[in-house]
Amino acid sequence: MMKNKVDIAIIGGGIIGLYTAFELAKRGVENIAVYEKRYIGSGSTFRCGTGIRQQFGDEANIKMMKRAVEKWTNLGDEMDFPNFKMAKTGYLFLLYDEKEVKTFKRNVSLQNSLGVPSKVITPEEAREIVPTLDISEVIAATFNPTDGKANPFLAVYGLARKLRKMGIEINEYTEVKDIIVKDSQVEGVKTSKGEVKADIVLNAANAWAKIFNEKLGLNIPIEPYKHQGIVSEPFKLGEIKPMVVSFKYGGAYFTQKANGGLIGGIALKYGPTWDLTPTYEFLREVSKNFTRIIPALKHISIIRQWGGYYAETPDHNAVIGKIKEIEGYYLAAGFSGHGFMLAPSVAEGMADLITKGHTNLPFDFYDPYRFERGELREQAVQMG
Amino acid sequence: MVDKSKVIICRCNDVTQKDIEDLIDQGITDIEMIKRITHIGMGPCQGRTCIPLVAAIIARKTGKSYDEIGIPPTRIPTQPVQMRILVGDDDEE
Ligand SMILES: Cc1cc2nc3c(=O)[nH]c(=O)nc-3n(C[C@H](O)[C@H](O)[C@H](O)COP(=O)(O)OP(=O)(O)OC[C@H]3O[C@@H](n4cnc5c(N)ncnc54)[C@H](O)[C@@H]3O)c2cc1C
Repeated sequence: MMKNKVDIAIIGGGIIGLYTAFELAKRGVENIAVYEKRYIGSGSTFRCGTGIRQQFGDEANIKMMKRAVEKWTNLGDEMDFPNFKMAKTGYLFLLYDEKEVKTFKRNVSLQNSLGVPSKVITPEEAREIVPTLDISEVIAATFNPTDGKANPFLAVYGLARKLRKMGIEINEYTEVKDIIVKDSQVEGVKTSKGEVKADIVLNAANAWAKIFNEKLGLNIPIEPYKHQGIVSEPFKLGEIKPMVVSFKYGGAYFTQKANGGLIGGIALKYGPTWDLTPTYEFLREVSKNFTRIIPALKHISIIRQWGGYYAETPDHNAVIGKIKEIEGYYLAAGFSGHGFMLAPSVAEGMADLITKGHTNLPFDFYDPYRFERGELREQAVQMG
Repeated sequence: MVDKSKVIICRCNDVTQKDIEDLIDQGITDIEMIKRITHIGMGPCQGRTCIPLVAAIIARKTGKSYDEIGIPPTRIPTQPVQMRILVGDDDEE
């Protein structure tokens, strides 16, 4: 039986909802429930490109990601699921003109000043990392060996397994229909399986977050855009260890997964839309751009293509924090193309915010009220 | 007695009957989750062989009906396609 009263109700069983439940549980909050309208991970999390990087261009995202990587590194042990491991295979950004080089040099100094060991390297050095690269047009690259990737399926499965062992309720196929608010105070949630009382509700519904905000009269710009990904047949492991990124060629990003298949995508997007049908245009553009970066990929077959949402805000940075108008309402959504990688530090900060009222992580940067104040952040470095 | 760790359910990703049954025994009975953990249905054959077999194992072990189990969506392309064909460069070789 589903509980009819909890301390904290979390809407959304993606990486953000589940990881936040885990951080709360570690702080001794036990009466938590997660509500997921389909199966856990079914939103954007299982559709993501698996990439984890600290190579951002602003202090807040770099700090958040540095902390996130520390936490990703230990997550397997923490959730007693050693099968889960972050692979520190790096991120390699290929640069093709002076302007790009200038921006990336600036980013690398900022990253270095915050303790991230990224560096600017030559095209030849880039080819030592990925021998099949076509470097004829590349003039420089940046590489950070402590970036990498992790398997979202295992992350979600491991977290859910651990949470259930800790007695945390995860309700799949349970849709939250409404957040119940009385006198500007959260009172609970109305779900497809009945009402649940709760003083605190976290909206971790990412692309769907705005549906609740709109019903509550809050105007926070988060819109669903269709992005897509592909996976190829497996080929010899170790050929493409890092995530390779090229803004020149379609905003392409790709890497080889542990089973030898290639996973990746390009910047082509559609929306705002709720449609997730894969497009032939994407398949063709992926092939065109990937094979410009690594010509040998011509001989590799694509075996799967899918669509997923980027929940986008005007500055491509998420919206995280406490909603002032409604006591007990918290929001962590709008992660664009980097919500998987950020999840550990978002969860840690959110759990502190809920239990202690503050966090040492730079949450101000993601302030839900920045849009209404007209304070857009510098666009987050984003692929896809 | 058949050794279930030798019965291959998914030839693309080398998944055995034991792998599937172990997950079900742990309470993982949603075919979508079993798919993500084992990669059944995600290899070059797109689940032509394994999905019906996995559905049968779930049905037998949990008593769920085939309707309840459901079939994960097939992703395009339904047959592997080489990138050189997609870029219109198939006159090489
Ligand atoms: C093609 C693609 C590639 C990407 N690549 C990367 C990458 O390399 N690295 C990276 O960090 N990020 C990447 N992302 C982004 C990443 O997937 C997301 O930012 C991240 O998964 C967000 O997690 P979440 O938990 O906030 O959202 P979600 O995983 O979407 O979880 C939200 C959940 O809420 C549920 N929900 C919605 N409404 C309700 C309701 N009413 N009741 C109950 N439940 C509800 C949904 O079903 C969903 O499961 C990529 C995304 C896509 C589409």
